[in-house]
Amino acid sequence: MEWLLWFTRFENTKPLSLAIFFIVFCGILFYVFGSKKRGERLESHKNIPLQDDEI
Amino acid sequence: MATASVTTAGVGTSEQYNYDIVRKFAIMTLVWGAIGMFVGVYIASELAFPFLNFDSAYITFGRLRPVHTSGVIFGFGGSALFATSYYVVQRTCQARLFGGERLANFTFWGWQAAVALSALGYMFGYTQAREYAEMVWPVDLLILVVWVSYLAIYVGTLMKRKQPHIYVANWFYLAFILATALLHIFNNLQVPVKLFSLESYSLFSGTQDAMTQWWYGHNAVGFFLTAAFLGMMYYFVPKQAGRPVYSYRLSILHFWAIIFLYMWAGAHHLHWTALPDWTGTLAATFSIMLLLPSWGGMINGIMTLSGAWDKLRTDPVIRFLIVALSFYGMSTFEGPMMSLKDVNALSHYTDWTVGHVHSGALGWVAMITFGSMYHMVPRIWNTQMYSLRLINVHFWLATIGVLLYIVAMWISGIMQGLMWRAFDDFGNLQYSFVESVAVAHPFYVMRALGGAFFLTGMIIMCYNMYRTIRQGSTEAHAGLNVATA
Repeated sequence: MEWLLWFTRFENTKPLSLAIFFIVFCGILFYVFGSKKRGERLESHKNIPLQDDEI
Repeated sequence: MATASVTTAGVGTSEQYNYDIVRKFAIMTLVWGAIGMFVGVYIASELAFPFLNFDSAYITFGRLRPVHTSGVIFGFGGSALFATSYYVVQRTCQARLFGGERLANFTFWGWQAAVALSALGYMFGYTQAREYAEMVWPVDLLILVVWVSYLAIYVGTLMKRKQPHIYVANWFYLAFILATALLHIFNNLQVPVKLFSLESYSLFSGTQDAMTQWWYGHNAVGFFLTAAFLGMMYYFVPKQAGRPVYSYRLSILHFWAIIFLYMWAGAHHLHWTALPDWTGTLAATFSIMLLLPSWGGMINGIMTLSGAWDKLRTDPVIRFLIVALSFYGMSTFEGPMMSLKDVNALSHYTDWTVGHVHSGALGWVAMITFGSMYHMVPRIWNTQMYSLRLINVHFWLATIGVLLYIVAMWISGIMQGLMWRAFDDFGNLQYSFVESVAVAHPFYVMRALGGAFFLTGMIIMCYNMYRTIRQGSTEAHAGLNVATA
């Protein structure tokens, strides 16, 4: 369990968290803007408030 | 005046959706708005004309100030969020509220009781002295139970939705509910002095206590007064404009960025204190980064009108919504700027902070609420607004009121900051504190006047809404055509 001590040091966890958050942000960016087909599907959801009158 | 015709077949679905609870919260939004803003104008007048204290402890600034903040944030803002979130989640999920009438009514009565008990308690001197969380511990427990019920209703409704996708407005509302639960619990960890005493001691002490308080305080702004009202914006701006939001993908990016960044910014309220310097730097860094998602969201909202800018001329409800977004953009530029240590050294403890808060609270929160209410209330009462002209009058009174308020506070605040740190040739302070109070007096009068303008608009809205509700009906009318002329 000694390896857990590595996480107790700020000089390790600060760059680690920076890397994790940056990768997650890039992942969201890629998910949202990376594919034209997925982009069209996501954009189709914007009509939901306008459809609620018809239902 | 041009005519905007809006088909609201949804009004024929009174049985499908629980609109009764939406109506209740909508009415209390108006009631608390009028009370909270009246108290605000009164205490602003007390600062300009101290005789208004009338030597009564119950109505001094110190006791009435939390009555004002709780009244407008939790009474007015909170009721508006309950009303609109219950309305939006049902309509975008095409599902009736989870938990039945009883649970929804419990959130209504529980929330109103919490706000009313808090306000009365403050006047009698019962407070735990934590800004925006002054409620004594029994009220904290009541809020906890109400909030967990609210979460259960919201998540339960999302889970039984008929619409496969959860619309982005619900993401913002849900983040607000979850974050507020987290903030409320941790900021109120305390030990009562006795079982039957309203007094208690915080579990934290010293700097940690201040840190916890401002982690709560800033995220109350971030999640209660921003994320939740962005949820309102993402539903009501497209609905009133009659066109979908400018970019759904931008709204997704907006959501995740703002949710992540806000949590880290609270320590910028404690610059130049015992708080470690690195903590303030971290908070300021995150505050600067917040500018990007904030402006991304503002642009997304405003650009929804792209191709239909003429509505700004013809529809006062759209004007409320778009001006709200403009104030949102302005205050989310000002906030990061004030979080910089050098700017904060000038602005902190001055009226500039008060002006900043009100450009967000009046310009953004109240204006987006007014616009949303003017859209929603006629629909849930199956009618049309009694008077478009009064909406227009309200809009101009509110806009002039906010501008008077924030300009007065900018001048007063920057002047205070400069006077407090001016030195003479011998290194002594050039001005005494009371001199800075004396020169602020005309701006305190101007601020009270701005508040009076805003309050007058609110009272006109109450009258307009009263007449609208009187002419409306809670019966179902299939396919009613609402013409707002």
